[in-house]
Amino acid sequence: MHRIVKKEELAPRIKLFVVEAPQIAACARPGHFFVLRMHEQGERIPLTIADSDPAAGTITMVFQEVGKSTCELGTLEEGDSILDIVGPLGTPRDIKRLDTVVCVAGGVGVAPIYPEAKAFHELGTRVISLVGAQTKDMLIFKDRMEAVSDEVHYSTDDGSFGYHGFVTGILRDLLAGGLRPDEVVAIGPLPMMRATCKVTAEFGVKTIVSLNAIMVDGTGMCGSCRVTVDGKTMFSCVEGPAFDGHKVDFEELMARQTRFLAEEKLAMERYQVHSEGCKCRRK
Amino acid sequence: MPAKVDRHPMPKQDPRERIRNFNEVALGYPADVAVGEAMRCIGCPKSPCVAGCPVEVDIPSFVKLIAEGKFVEAARKIKEKNSLPAICGRVCPQETQCEERCTLGKKGKPVAIGALERFAADYERASGTQAASEPAPASGAAGRVAVVGSGPAGLTCAADLAKMGYSVVLFESLHSTGGVLRYGIPEFRLPKAIVDEEVAYVKSLGVEVRVNTLVGRTVTVDELFRDGFDAIFLGTGAGLPHFLGIPGENLNGVYSANEFLTRSNLMKAYRFPEYDTPVWVGKRVVVVGAGNVAMDAARTALRLGAEKVSIVYRRSRAEMPARLEEIENAEEEGVELMLLTNPIRVLGDERGWVRGMECVRMELGEPDESGRRRPVPVPGSEFVIDIDTMISAVGTDPNPLLVRSVPGLKLGRHGNVIVNEETGETSVPGVFAGGDIVTGSATVIAAMGAGKIAARGIDRYIRAKRERSE
Ligand SMILES: Cc1cc2nc3c(=O)[nH]c(=O)nc-3n(C[C@H](O)[C@H](O)[C@H](O)COP(=O)(O)OP(=O)(O)OC[C@H]3O[C@@H](n4cnc5c(N)ncnc54)[C@H](O)[C@@H]3O)c2cc1C
Ligand SMILES: Cc1cc2nc3c(=O)[nH]c(=O)nc-3n(C[C@H](O)[C@H](O)[C@H](O)COP(=O)(O)OP(=O)(O)OC[C@H]3O[C@@H](n4cnc5c(N)ncnc54)[C@H](O)[C@@H]3O)c2cc1C
Ligand code: SF4
Ligand code: SF4
Ligand code: FES
Repeated sequence: MHRIVKKEELAPRIKLFVVEAPQIAACARPGHFFVLRMHEQGERIPLTIADSDPAAGTITMVFQEVGKSTCELGTLEEGDSILDIVGPLGTPRDIKRLDTVVCVAGGVGVAPIYPEAKAFHELGTRVISLVGAQTKDMLIFKDRMEAVSDEVHYSTDDGSFGYHGFVTGILRDLLAGGLRPDEVVAIGPLPMMRATCKVTAEFGVKTIVSLNAIMVDGTGMCGSCRVTVDGKTMFSCVEGPAFDGHKVDFEELMARQTRFLAEEKLAMERYQVHSEGCKCRRK
Repeated sequence: MPAKVDRHPMPKQDPRERIRNFNEVALGYPADVAVGEAMRCIGCPKSPCVAGCPVEVDIPSFVKLIAEGKFVEAARKIKEKNSLPAICGRVCPQETQCEERCTLGKKGKPVAIGALERFAADYERASGTQAASEPAPASGAAGRVAVVGSGPAGLTCAADLAKMGYSVVLFESLHSTGGVLRYGIPEFRLPKAIVDEEVAYVKSLGVEVRVNTLVGRTVTVDELFRDGFDAIFLGTGAGLPHFLGIPGENLNGVYSANEFLTRSNLMKAYRFPEYDTPVWVGKRVVVVGAGNVAMDAARTALRLGAEKVSIVYRRSRAEMPARLEEIENAEEEGVELMLLTNPIRVLGDERGWVRGMECVRMELGEPDESGRRRPVPVPGSEFVIDIDTMISAVGTDPNPLLVRSVPGLKLGRHGNVIVNEETGETSVPGVFAGGDIVTGSATVIAAMGAGKIAARGIDRYIRAKRERSE
């Protein structure tokens, strides 16, 4: 059992939990994720370790309520517990000191990108962060990102804050203006990561993406999370979730993300009826 | 003379009924039938059947006890050698082990040893007398051992060590114990309540179970030694699924058998949406492979609502590695066998879903290294079948995650851990291994046998170490 010691509502339908998980906190590194199961009937869902505090024995997770499991998770309060958490999973990022890194985050992707930006920053790398969201209210982790970045640029799809348009627009402007980072890190929805890779490919800039394939065990035993990278099948829970974005078959992954669409819809509808309207949607 | 009585058939659920539920197919012998079957045994003085059992269960003695109506005593007799009889009685490939050697099998049908083992274990469990036979919980004075993986190898090793007085912690990466018994073998063949009870028994011996702990990530082998464990047993199994390596295998609707069965068994997707994990199965399913795993996947697909399920296998019926009983069960339920057929391509639609499979007919040529006749494609015999779901059950490799993280651990060509077969010792002092991680995918009873051997090896190792330091 993992007690929730802190809950924060970062934006509509985006929540942050700090939970007790001392063994994971002790060895978590940027790029690691974990798998949780809320209760006996629950499914196993992967979330990124957005921060960890080995001294307090806690890890931080930030999640967006997109379906049944994440909506139900969002109803938990401080003091409640999560039944199972296993981690840290995945291959941690190999973070070295570089001259310049650009961190491109879309939506809730800013939470998983934060530990990487922080690690680069602590090594003395110049960190330029580009943070995009649908609208001003959905821009989260601003203070945290500003604390670990040399520059932060914002974009909103509706123009309510910062650059009006997609975050890739800022990236293109920066690269066209002559910026040549050693590496671009992109985390966010698949279309956003794919668009980022398109831009950086034009300029020949190495790009690392973090893939969110559908997982079950998260330990390499089922192959649910398989993706094609450089023409080869990889299990993203073990060999990833970070990969060279220019080699990822995004079309295939985007198709694979829809494998259980009908079931996800059914689960959500049933949940909304049972809970008389999901809390997250009512807000 | 009782030997003239025919072998008593196992009562089973009607195939038309059972494909609509996940309840156990084989119903078990009623007491009078068990006694009747037990009386067929002629108590051969040399008991050849015992030599066929990897853990040497004293078959004539326990069978005799059943014949005498001493059912609980029979169960205890089995447990002297086999701590998981309710499981082995159900899933052991008896026809190639104990029953194959049975004297009665030479002229007629062998004694139904597996069914009798199951009967005795079920009887003891139902009578609630199981706990009374338990030895005192481990004192821990002998030393501390970490057992990694809670499949049959790990469970057996942990139980044996606890009985010897060791303090044992059993680490499991999933949220639930049992290994393949939990996530692989379906409810209709091995009810999970039985796995729960066997695990409870191991816990009652004083074994501490820590689930959600991926050794190699959550905690490393080095850290376990630093935490004061005297020895470590690796029973991490062979759970890394193979794929065929043909085009189209990442299309939607293509599962590894591990994914399909894990969703259904471990995550109980067969009870979706009551349980949150989904599993999708279409109307027309093909399972590639012909082992127990393939049969389990095919029969699960039927129960999840598939209209037609076919097994596609490149060799002939004689080479099918699955247990005969399971092939029969599958056929009774309407699973079609497409033998001497090899898939060469999975075809998809524009949205990335499986729509068909291109196959080629095979014929058997010269024998290969395994002694089986090698299947060779018949030129020009390619054909396409319409399918919407494909399940790949073409084997698994030893789990690489942990064993690759242990420096100096000697591995074989397939990533299997190399051990001394008499002791279970690996190339790293204090690290032992057994079960599928050593042999590749094998059997429950073989994994248990290896767990037992390693427990003895660990005991000897720790004693020797203590003597040296005294
Ligand atoms: C390595 C990794 C790290 C992730 N980190 C975060 C994070 O930090 N914050 C965050 O908000 N989200 C993260 N995700 C995504 C998160 O796991 C999904 O949003 C969640 O599983 C959705 O479950 P649901 O029942 O609420 O929604 P559903 O309605 O079931 O699904 C919505 C969508 O989520 C995806 N999804 C569904 N089930 C799974 C699953 N078992 N595994 C992965 N994806 C699934 C599918 O694309 C699906 O269409 C991460 C995913 C991965 C693989
Ligand atoms: C679908 C299916 C049907 C089968 N049917 C039969 C049958 O009818 N009869 C028969 O005799 N055999 C059958 N088998 C084979 C049999 O189940 C296996 O040979 C046996 O379970 C192997 O036991 P094990 O203890 O070595 O490994 P497993 O049962 O695989 O258990 C290994 C355990 O270790 C855990 N683990 C792995 N890595 C780590 C780690 N790093 N840290 C912590 N835990 C870890 C895994 O989660 C798992 O729980 C079947 C197998 C399958 C897949
Ligand atoms: S354990 Fe298996 S092989 Fe041994 S007697 Fe029992 S059923 Fe036969
Ligand atoms: S070989 Fe068969 S008949 Fe003989 S003792 Fe064993 S079970 Fe009985
Ligand atoms: S989630 Fe099962 S192998 Fe990656």
